[in-house]
Formats: sequence, structure tokens, C-alpha cells
Amino acid sequence: MHGAAEPELGRPGLGRGPAVRVLPRLDDANRFFWTSGADGVLRFLRCDTCRCYVHPPGPVCPYCLRGELLPEAVSGRGTLHSFTVNYQPWIPGDGPYAIGLVAIAEQDDVRLMTNVVDCPEQALEVEMAVEVTFEQVEDVWLPLFRPAGRPRPTAAGA
Amino acid sequence: MAVDVLERRAVISGIGQSQVGRRLGRSDLDLTVEAALAAIADAGLTRDDIDGLATYPGGAMGGGPFAGPTTPDVQDTLRLRLNWHDGGGEGPGQIRAVFAACLAVAAGLARHVLVYRTVTESTAQGSGGRVGIGQAMGAAGAGRGVPRFGGSFQWMLPFGAVSAGNWLALVARRRMHEFGLTRHQLAWIALNGRANAARNPKAVYRQPMTMEDYLSVRMVSTPLCLYDCDAPCDGSTAVVVSHRDYAADAPSPACHVNAIGTALRGRPSWDQFDDMTTMAARDAAASMWGRTDLRPHDVDTADLYDGFSILTMVWLEELGFCEKGESGAFVEGGKNIALDGPLPLNTSGGQLSGGRLHGFGLLHEACLQLRGQGGERQIAKRPEVAVVANGGGPIAGSMLLTAGRG
Ligand SMILES: [Zn+2]
Repeated sequence: MHGAAEPELGRPGLGRGPAVRVLPRLDDANRFFWTSGADGVLRFLRCDTCRCYVHPPGPVCPYCLRGELLPEAVSGRGTLHSFTVNYQPWIPGDGPYAIGLVAIAEQDDVRLMTNVVDCPEQALEVEMAVEVTFEQVEDVWLPLFRPAGRPRPTAAGA
Repeated sequence: MAVDVLERRAVISGIGQSQVGRRLGRSDLDLTVEAALAAIADAGLTRDDIDGLATYPGGAMGGGPFAGPTTPDVQDTLRLRLNWHDGGGEGPGQIRAVFAACLAVAAGLARHVLVYRTVTESTAQGSGGRVGIGQAMGAAGAGRGVPRFGGSFQWMLPFGAVSAGNWLALVARRRMHEFGLTRHQLAWIALNGRANAARNPKAVYRQPMTMEDYLSVRMVSTPLCLYDCDAPCDGSTAVVVSHRDYAADAPSPACHVNAIGTALRGRPSWDQFDDMTTMAARDAAASMWGRTDLRPHDVDTADLYDGFSILTMVWLEELGFCEKGESGAFVEGGKNIALDGPLPLNTSGGQLSGGRLHGFGLLHEACLQLRGQGGERQIAKRPEVAVVANGGGPIAGSMLLTAGRG
């Protein structure tokens, strides 16, 4: 999966992420998030009282301090708040890949650092619309994001 | 003023710095002793006078070449008899150790506090032992058993966002979007640092740098290039923080602490902070200005953290030297920040060209300039007020120092 190239205009294509995915250590607080993609759906904790989304997961709603937090599905859509293309080979085998900071459509102060995939470097734009696509590595489904509303280039990741 | 500004009871009575360079091959303790003894002597004291000891980050963050020796290491090596001691990695930037010392002195817990910051990252890098996150990942990636991460790193590392260079590239890109910042503007932080480094014999990079050099060097994480990132080095910086009662007895002019900035009001993370164009510098600067009658136009020289060039841009705005979003225009052409300009900036070369002494090099430089001991790079009109800022992203602290004359 990693390093799938998209050659263009003589510049190296962007990979989907680093050569090695360092994975989160799953625990009772974060497991729902990192396994949410198993059914293709992104989920965040949401307060049943004030209805705010809460991220990262915590034991209490930081807004109202009263409600109960439960995982709830979101649309998987968002906007690219910022991005960078990493060129530094931190790990042997690293090629360039795009790191994005995505604000989710449901609540724009909930953000995810992620990889932006299926998008050439020149097409990356702050505030572009993106949608989630998951990459499974071991027992973790990493939420990556791709330009919204464009046909998938291949069946990969389905 | 409604608050008691207790840090104003503190002065920096002595400064010292070890040999600084690339791959010196000396131990962190060896470098620290050199800096410490220099600072103690500079303050007109002996080790018997030192009754406080502080560092950043001490044994936190796993020790190693980034951390330097712990306070127990240094206490024992110098056989110090301490009334107060503190080593820690959480707080308003690297300079938190100096803030803690100021407050300890103000509270009467100690009279003369030795504060140090030591790095041996260059030597460690040379021997393959530098313990950056990326390097740890690389080692793991090359072999078996990639470690898993909890805590805040779990939200960044899986996506190859392994370095502050990646995280701050997001800040830089957002600033380009919101404010129209350009690489031609950002370059001036690096070019200014290099020009100043030419006058600093200890700086690690002193050969001239042109705009062309900057624009053509390789990218690290767009839009940040190699010259937007500071240079790992070996070195130790130490200061002695004393009660202001001692100022008159100090052989060199003491630098008076006027105010410190310690606030953190946004969410403390690289991804959830409310305003990704400023982050914690906004809060630290605001809290500092709330503790003093001095204003930005009173500041004669600025030593602003440049672990990455973009951080210096943020500090320039948040400290009030230009309007928010205007730092690109402010630095463009370099005149405003040059050694002979209205706001000489990072006159030692900063960390981009001077080496990553991790905030304390900037503090050391501010003191040198206030004392009129800048040598070939002394600001012509000796400064009376200096500002020092450390950190950036979700970790930031700042302080105002004034010259001790008369
Ligand atoms: Zn709530």
C-alpha cells in the first residue's frame, strides 16, 4: 500500500504515508476511535447533554462537565485546515507524503492530523473539501483523507 | 499594578557558556561544568554561594542527548549544598527553569540559583544515538517491533508527522493561506541569523547565505526548507539567578527581570489549538505584557525562539512588534531586524545558524547585549530592554530583561 506513486510533471508522486506506520497503543479510551473504520465509518465521542463532539477521548465532557460521552458516527467529510508535504526521509524508504490537518464537517474545532491521499501535491489547497478513507494496519484503521467527491482511482482500500 | 510582580525581585547576575559546536565528543556533564563554573565566576561567586539549582528538562523526556544532565548529577559533581532544586520538562518553554529560579529567589527559598541547559545532540547524531522521535522510529522501522505510542503522539506519529518540523509546517502553511506569507519573507529569519552568526565565533554556521541559497536548498516539510530548521549542536549555557539585593555587588551589570510570560489558554496540543497561526506564543506574550508597564516600543533587542523560522515570525507578532499577520512584511528585506536596525533580532545568529542551544543561547545573548559585552556583534546603541522568547507551538514562555545601570 505504502508509497503508491503518482508520477506527474517530473516530480516524484506522493506516497500514502511514511514507509513504516507507527501505530497507536490501543486502550479502553481510544479503541473505539482506532477501530471505527472497520465498518468504513468515522466516529468521535459526543456528549449526550450538550451535544458537543469531544476529541481526543476523555473521561468527561470538557464543555458541560455533566454529560455522558458516547461514540457517534460522523459524515467523514471535512476541510483541510492546513497541510505539508514531508520530504525528509525520517525512516529509510520514506518518499514524499502529504500530512494534513483536517477539521471535521460536524464541528470545525475538532481536527485530525492525517495523510491526504489520492491527491497530487500541486492540487493540495488549504480549505479544500476532503473525505475519510481508511487504511487498516494490524488492528488499527487509520483515518486518511482524500479529495471529496472524486471517483476513487482504484478499488484499493475498499 | 494590581499584581505583585515577584519575578522582579530577581536578577541574572552571571552568565556562562561552554564550548559550542558540532560533534565535540564531550560529555553533557563536562560541558555543563564548564558553563556552570563560568557563570558562577562571572557572577562574582563561588560554588559555596550557590544554594539553588534548576534545569530543563532534567530527567524527564527520557534523558539522553536532548536532556543534558539531571540536577542530581550536577549537584553531586559540584558538591552543591542546596536550599532549593528543580528539574522538569513541563511548563512555559525551556526557559521555565529560569522562571522557577526567579520565583524561588523571590520567595526566599534560595539566594543564588544556578540554571543550566545542556545538549549533546550533535555528538549523539554522529554516533547514531540521537533520540529524536523520528530517529527512534527509523531504528524501529529498520528492525523489528515498531513501538506503539499512547498519549498525544498517537494522533501524529501514525501519519508520519514525527517532527516539530512537520507540525510547524502546518502553522506556516496556514499563515500563508490567511496572511499571504511567502517563502521570500520567511527567508529573512534565516538570512538575518546567518549574517549575525558571521560575527559570533561560537556559531556553528558562519559562511554567508544568500536568498538564492535559501530558495534552492532542499525541502524538509513544505513550506519549510532545511534553512528554516535549526542546527543540532553540543553545548551548555548557564546563568545565575540571584536576588536583586545582590545586583550592586555583582562584577558585571546585572540583568533585571522585569516580567515573565507563562500563560497557556488554548488547548495544549499541536492539532487542537484554537488558532493554528499563533498557538501558545499568543498567551505567553499577553500574560507578560500584563505584568509590566513597558511596551513593545520600549524593547531594544529581541531574542526570539528560532528552532524553526516560522516560530520567530509568530513571536514578532504576538509580542507586538508588528500587527498580526504582518510579520512577513516586517522582516522582508531584513532592515527592521538587522544588527543596525530598529529591532536587532537574534544577534548571536540564533539557533538556525548559531546552533540549537535550546532557548538558553538566546537568553545568554540578551544578557550579553544588555551588558554591552557583545563584542563584534554588540548593538551600537547599548540596549536597555531585551525580550527573550522560548518555544512555540503549544509550549511557550517569554521574559523581559532590563539593563542594570546605576
Ligand atoms: Zn457536554
